[in-house]
Amino acid sequence: MDWHQIWEIASTPDNVPIVALLFLVPFYTWYAFRQARANDRLIGELEASPELAKSHHRKTFPFRPEWTREVHVWPYLLRIEFLAAIIVTVILMIWSITLNAPLEEPANPNLTMNPAKDPWYFLGLQEMLVYFDPWMAGVVLPSLILVGLAAIPYMDENPLGAGYYTLKQRKWAIAAFCFGFLVLWLTMIFIGTFIRGPGWMWFWPGQTWDHSRVVFEVNRDLPDLFNITGAWGKGILGAVVMAIYYGVAGWLVHKVITLNEFNRKIYRRMSFLQYLTLQFFLITMLLLPLKIFIRHAFRIKYIWITPWFNI
Amino acid sequence: MADENGNGKEQKGLTGVLEKVKVDTRALKDKAAEEIKTYKEYDRTQLYKSVFRVKHDETPRGRALGILTNVFLHLHPAKINRDAVRYSYTWGMGGISFYLFIVLTFTGVLLMFYYHPTKGQAFRDIIYLEADVPFGKLLRNMHRWAAHLMVITVWLHMFRVFLTGSYKKPREFNWVVGVVLMLFTLLLSFTGYLLPDDQLGFWAVTVGTNMARATPLLGHEGPFGPQLGMNPFNDVRFALLGGSIVDANALLRSYIWHCIGIPLVISLFMAVHFWRVRKDGGISGPAPVMLESEIKEIKRGAVAAPIKAGGR
Repeated sequence: MDWHQIWEIASTPDNVPIVALLFLVPFYTWYAFRQARANDRLIGELEASPELAKSHHRKTFPFRPEWTREVHVWPYLLRIEFLAAIIVTVILMIWSITLNAPLEEPANPNLTMNPAKDPWYFLGLQEMLVYFDPWMAGVVLPSLILVGLAAIPYMDENPLGAGYYTLKQRKWAIAAFCFGFLVLWLTMIFIGTFIRGPGWMWFWPGQTWDHSRVVFEVNRDLPDLFNITGAWGKGILGAVVMAIYYGVAGWLVHKVITLNEFNRKIYRRMSFLQYLTLQFFLITMLLLPLKIFIRHAFRIKYIWITPWFNI
Repeated sequence: MADENGNGKEQKGLTGVLEKVKVDTRALKDKAAEEIKTYKEYDRTQLYKSVFRVKHDETPRGRALGILTNVFLHLHPAKINRDAVRYSYTWGMGGISFYLFIVLTFTGVLLMFYYHPTKGQAFRDIIYLEADVPFGKLLRNMHRWAAHLMVITVWLHMFRVFLTGSYKKPREFNWVVGVVLMLFTLLLSFTGYLLPDDQLGFWAVTVGTNMARATPLLGHEGPFGPQLGMNPFNDVRFALLGGSIVDANALLRSYIWHCIGIPLVISLFMAVHFWRVRKDGGISGPAPVMLESEIKEIKRGAVAAPIKAGGR
């Protein structure tokens, strides 16, 4: 166990935000889910008794009819904003006094940094380069992430859970988002920061970064398994496999979308366009864990090989 | 005689003048004393009224006017839901992101005084800044850490907005604006990374922009790029860097995007974002919970009819 190596990575000034994320994200996830559970209990009670549902103020916070529903922004909100600004300033001050921003040697194109890493917030994309070619990992998938995020409000036809934390009423939406944000995006960043060493090789936490390490890993492409060598054969096989993947994944996603009575109710509200868009983004998102799996389980690099691009 | 007369007149004149001055001074003193009394009610002076326009007192009206008549505060409504001030709901992340943007603008402008975006000079400027400029090191540290913190707070803000379902009707478009703001936050941070012109920034930007080579159609190593006549000297990466390698032009472009281009655009989007929060009915909650039995049937135009229940 090389504690020094761990400390070196964790204490690199630019990695401090990720160390902070390691604590902040679980905390806020717990914080949100705790409120969601409280709301879910209330929803359960209200559903059980229609009488209560009529009279209840429908929040987990205390309320009495004689209390005013609204408060003045001055001072009740402004004092919080002011306090927040002061706290953030103090945190920033302490952080800036105790930790110096990194400054390496002058830029030198002739001396490659190894590992050469992007800023931490892009390490998820850099980690995707292991599994996809740059045109996918660096351009197409990031664009799809942005478009997919922007499309969320237009695909989600579930009217419940607007303006309060809940798990029960939006199970699948929250599961999908948390899978994308927590599991894929943040985990990939953590791997890119803490695991990837020289040559972008996998070093377990505590393993010493060995700059002369060589990994004998022979990657194959899917057509090689079938001894297909011609360009046409490779292209057609890849297209067929991709089509099968989209079909199977689409069928699975459809199963989830129509899993229970509530899901079917939402499904009936969706237009065909909404349904197709949702399918497309979910299937494409699942492509990443699938490629990670087949790389590590079968050492397969490309599924689809054409003269112009590989997936 | 004439002299005496003259002298007498002068004396008389002098005492007269002195007398007059005395009287005037006394009157002036009284007037000043009177005036000072009125200044104690400072909120009735012309100066105060011209600046603050309305009386600010502890009345509900005064509190409301305090928000509504102030250009910096009027983005707020005068009153909000009593639960909306709870930290547990918003986590304060949107507001903190905006505050960090202000901190970054402030420290960034100060940093610009000490920086030349030219190869060779840029790195030396950072050394000088850290060694010679009073609080220079603190200034640079604050700019850097605030930038990192802003990326975190923006992500957490997005996470909160998703978990509370705040993107739902009628706030769909503001979510889209938010996604654009997140992209620009990352781009701001990324363009700033190159500016110290050290190994860290140079290789990070090299790695980052190398991906642009692979842009489909527009990159010289991307799918169908070569077929469309892309080469290292005319593709999208060339446009980003102002050259085929990360060099002086890339530094200048990075600097201009970082200090002028993106801040201008992001400010516009921020204005829309905040304005839409108000126009869409203020912050989304904490709203009363809605029950499954209360879902209303959807109304849709003829163009997009709901699909029939295919899933049984």
